[in-house]
Amino acid sequence: MEKVVEIKNVSMNYHTMQGETQAIRNLSLDIKNGEFVSIVGPSGCGKSTLLSLISGILRPTSGSILVDGEPVTGPSGNVGYMLQKDHLFEWRTILKNATLGLEIHKKLNKESLAHVEHLLDEYGLADFKHHYPKQLSGGMRQRAALIRTLATNPDILLLDEPYSALDYQTRLAISEEIWLIIRKEKKTAILVTHDIAEAVAASDRVIVLTGRPAEVKNIHEISLTCDTRTPILCREAPEFRRYFNDIWKELDIHVQ
Amino acid sequence: MYNENISKEHLEYIRKQNIKKTAIRVCQCLLLIMFFVLWEAAANLRWIDPFIMSQPTRVLKTVASMTSDGSIFTHTGITVLETIIGFLSGTILGTLIAIVLWWSDFTSKVLDPYLVVLNALPKTALGPIILVWIGGTTGSIIVMALLVSIVVTILNVYLAFESVDEDKIKLLTTLGAKKPQILTKVILPANVPAIISVLKVNVGLSLVGVIVGEFLVSKAGLGYLIIYGGQVFKMDLVMTSVLILAVVAALMYLSVNWLEKKLTKMR
Repeated sequence: MEKVVEIKNVSMNYHTMQGETQAIRNLSLDIKNGEFVSIVGPSGCGKSTLLSLISGILRPTSGSILVDGEPVTGPSGNVGYMLQKDHLFEWRTILKNATLGLEIHKKLNKESLAHVEHLLDEYGLADFKHHYPKQLSGGMRQRAALIRTLATNPDILLLDEPYSALDYQTRLAISEEIWLIIRKEKKTAILVTHDIAEAVAASDRVIVLTGRPAEVKNIHEISLTCDTRTPILCREAPEFRRYFNDIWKELDIHVQ
Repeated sequence: MYNENISKEHLEYIRKQNIKKTAIRVCQCLLLIMFFVLWEAAANLRWIDPFIMSQPTRVLKTVASMTSDGSIFTHTGITVLETIIGFLSGTILGTLIAIVLWWSDFTSKVLDPYLVVLNALPKTALGPIILVWIGGTTGSIIVMALLVSIVVTILNVYLAFESVDEDKIKLLTTLGAKKPQILTKVILPANVPAIISVLKVNVGLSLVGVIVGEFLVSKAGLGYLIIYGGQVFKMDLVMTSVLILAVVAALMYLSVNWLEKKLTKMR
């Protein structure tokens, strides 16, 4: 499989008047086309920084990042980013929220609008296009946020703990839904999470990072025996516990 | 929506709430009526001197004579127009300056102490200076109204701009937005309620500026009537003008309130 994201010897330092913080140290990583990769690590280890670097909203201190073989110079329509909360704008209808990226890229035309409408129809928001976000349930809002990300037709989706603001039951249901949509649309996905079970259930590979400054500690190829490969069903797979325990040990979390 | 299964208990609750609402309204009206009745009676019984304190019937007579010669409309109209121009220009200019401050962090840091001092300064103290510089014209009055409201507008709107959720801006950045788009797609629409609430404050402030301006310029308007009436000891005219002013101020506040409801209905 071809590599869609190549991270080569990337380091990232933050500067404040109080001092310098090294968030990422000499990290290298490749993501293959169509993969679902999760990144786990101790909290505050620089996972989100890594996503910001791939999306191009931050520039690395040293090293390089290639997306589709091209160096990243800034945000592009090719990489979609989903944040922790849905951040739907309450003054826009769902349809207007979904077309936000297209408006910014000045690519809002008949075809692109038809594509967005098709996505909304396909994923159960047909009757809510002209509703405002506060009229929707949490799950619907998350789907609308995903469609906003998919509207510019990115190949790569970056998911920055996208369900962490939801309660546990909703979260399981939505991560399943979102996972199915991402697979159906044949996107490459990079998920940052602190939930090991979620990472194992959803991913082809789980990348474990060390504490700050972040380096790759280990990479787990996930292979689960289950009839239908979806996150919820695969939690039943016999290997699930083993992966979970291995990763848990590597995270090396000590409760004080 | 009709529901047959409303319990007796719930009906009783609704009845009590309605009684309470009505009682509040009735008391509000009674208070106003009592105030005028007492005022009238006190003047008739010579508890107070109607020449100095005026009285409701004299106010009514003044209103009638001012209506017949049309002067009530001219003066009220002038004050209302000056106030509207004052608070609209104060809000618009203030918002534009707030945009500049939001755009350039450097500028906002440089100007910060000046804004703090200007905000603390009672703007009415600048009245005589404006009168000398601009002259005894409507222009002076509008500048006065503008000055009273603009600094508060800048500070409040800028603060509102700065408190927009960082993640909303990050979202737009990940979608490839630059600063002008961040302004038009999130900063401004997210702050429509904040700008309207500033508008509400500015109605009152501009009215202060206009009345002070009319005191100084002394040509027309309710402020002019008040100062003129005071100087020639026509207290009926003063009281009438103050009462009209109260009604005008309330009506303008209510219209901005109505506008607010209309514009924020969808949120």
